[in-house]
Amino acid sequence: MNDVVISVENISKRYRLGVLGSRSLKEDANRWWARVRGAPDPSLKIGERDRDSHRKGFIWALRDVSLEVTRGEIVGIVGRNGAGKSTLLKILSRTTAPTGGQVRVKGRIASLLEVGTGFHPELTGRENIYLNGAILGMRKAEIAHRFADIVEFSGVEQFIDTPVKRYSSGMHVRLAFAVAAHLEPEILVVDEVLAVGDAAFQKKCLGKMGEVARAGRTVLIVSHNMGSINDLCDRAVLLATGSVVADGPPETVTRQYLSNGESRRAHVECQPSESQAHFQAVTLCDDAGEPTANFDIRKPFYLRMQFVVRRRIPGLQAAFAVYNSVGYRIFQSTTSHPEPAIDIEEPRQYDLRVGVPGRLLPAGSYTVTVALHIPNVSWFDLHEHVLTFDIEDTRSKRFDHDGRSVGCVLVDLTWDQQHRPLVERQESPGA
Amino acid sequence: MSAEGMASRHTTHAPVDDQWTIIIRPQRGWLDLRLRELWRARDLVALFIRRDFVAGYKQTVLGPFWALVQPLLTTVMFTLVFGRVARLSTDGLPPFLFYMAGTVVWSYFSACMTKTADTFGANAHIFGKVYFPRLTVPIAILISNMVAFVIHFALFLAFVIYFWLDGAAVKVSASVFLLPLLLFIMAGLGLGAGIIVSSLTTRYRDLQNVVTFGAQLLMYATPVIYPLSATPAKYRVLVQANPMTPIVEAFRGAFLGTDTVSTGALLYSFCFMVVALTFGLLLFNRVEQTVMDTV
Repeated sequence: MNDVVISVENISKRYRLGVLGSRSLKEDANRWWARVRGAPDPSLKIGERDRDSHRKGFIWALRDVSLEVTRGEIVGIVGRNGAGKSTLLKILSRTTAPTGGQVRVKGRIASLLEVGTGFHPELTGRENIYLNGAILGMRKAEIAHRFADIVEFSGVEQFIDTPVKRYSSGMHVRLAFAVAAHLEPEILVVDEVLAVGDAAFQKKCLGKMGEVARAGRTVLIVSHNMGSINDLCDRAVLLATGSVVADGPPETVTRQYLSNGESRRAHVECQPSESQAHFQAVTLCDDAGEPTANFDIRKPFYLRMQFVVRRRIPGLQAAFAVYNSVGYRIFQSTTSHPEPAIDIEEPRQYDLRVGVPGRLLPAGSYTVTVALHIPNVSWFDLHEHVLTFDIEDTRSKRFDHDGRSVGCVLVDLTWDQQHRPLVERQESPGA
Repeated sequence: MSAEGMASRHTTHAPVDDQWTIIIRPQRGWLDLRLRELWRARDLVALFIRRDFVAGYKQTVLGPFWALVQPLLTTVMFTLVFGRVARLSTDGLPPFLFYMAGTVVWSYFSACMTKTADTFGANAHIFGKVYFPRLTVPIAILISNMVAFVIHFALFLAFVIYFWLDGAAVKVSASVFLLPLLLFIMAGLGLGAGIIVSSLTTRYRDLQNVVTFGAQLLMYATPVIYPLSATPAKYRVLVQANPMTPIVEAFRGAFLGTDTVSTGALLYSFCFMVVALTFGLLLFNRVEQTVMDTV
């Protein structure tokens, strides 16, 4: 039987652009007064007929998205920033209403757009478990029933009666996730929470999610980690500019996402943004400085990052990461890695070039993500999988394998050999 | 999905529509207040109240006793400034009791209004992440403030008894039994005004600055520091139009014995409250659905 538990029907969502909440009473009063007199709206630019015709003022975050999810499915939602993933989750979790269409849901839905929502720093761990549980939709009795499990899962038994403001950020996240993991809704909607906590705890969370799905519950995950989408999901949905562009097995969809439809991209001009630090262009070039997205497996290649820093930003770093075709991050590097580190804190235009040696990546298709950030503090600019390139094998027998079969990287190792003439040995009886 | 699946989708959905537990649509009806959902979230209301109480007094030396300081100091101030310096009439009552009665009542209403007015602003980070009936927040505020009111009220009663033992002309009348009704009307007025403002602040930020100041101005338009009987005839209508006037006067009348409030005036307050609250609920319900796009 086709047991659909979430039915998204032609959902659209329109946002107003520009400075939000900039509307003042005066502006509205003027507009109202003009309407009463039959005069044109005074806050429109000349030539506009009405506010809605000013198309630039709006953006469709989602446009006619339809989707059905059946019971017990784990569906991953992928897409670039601004593709509409978060908006879809917000609508599903009812924090905002759609502009058009409808969603029908069977069963209790719990959303984890963030863990620890509503945690109050002055309250103890115990008090916060109850408060957070209730915010997420649990009854007090349910929380009491699972209290021991939650505390055990979080691993903060010792500090359960300490105010959470004294917790380390790791403990904070563990406790928050522990509450969320024990929600036991029929449908769980998760956004990127897997990106928090230490590796061991992440593994535990992934395990818990798998458990949730095996228990017949439905899970919707938004993640940028293609690896975990591939590991966890039965199905993936790719969103691009507000519409579903692919829906199917996770491997197929994530590959399509990473390759972005076109096979290679060596140069991207970035849209200017409001951010205090942002990229202008990113380019891949060969050792002659020519932009290309096709590299010889034995030759080095270069990533050129051009960006602007508008004011002094202490701790700012530029970083990039290289992903293979299944979405695993092969390596990353930031401006703090070289000795001495490259300083990009001062306001100016930067043009950095970083070289990646040959004989490092096996033949295959790769993507590059670039970022400007203060690690663990704030993001200024992020372009995910913005460049796509191929490493090509050049008929050398040594590298003549499909990318994955030789592993993720090629390493030039030193092999020593010693050989002696073969001598016949007497077999000892005990050997 | 196969063509077959698509076909069955269209044929099977309509008859089993009642199986869906949640239907998310662009706008729900004006009257779809989802009160049942609110009732189901009563544990959350209780936990919000507990949070406000615990967090408010943690790491303070005096703890809940701080609740006593505010009305006491205000009353002393009023007694000095309006009683001693300005020598305003207090209907023949001991000025201290007169001002304290006004302060205790007014501070409940004022706290309810100003705090619920910031519902969306103060909770934007939570509202943006999780859905729960939004009305739980202002309702929890009303009840949290009720705790403070009870403390203030107990203090007031203690002073009434003290003055009575001291031989002051204070007589407690049978209308003290109106107190629950007075509280109910005040809570309703505070909630109504507060959620109207909170709904409007999502569109007009200007209002945020006006609320606290407005509450203060409104106090002077209410017989808190002066009795209704002392207002000049030409302004009396204005003061009487204020729905808080009968509440403050009735409270003072009941506990101190200056009966100046008619049933009609109280009925007026009640009706005003019902209208304000209804309008507020409708507006809040409307705004709540898309508020996170603009806050």
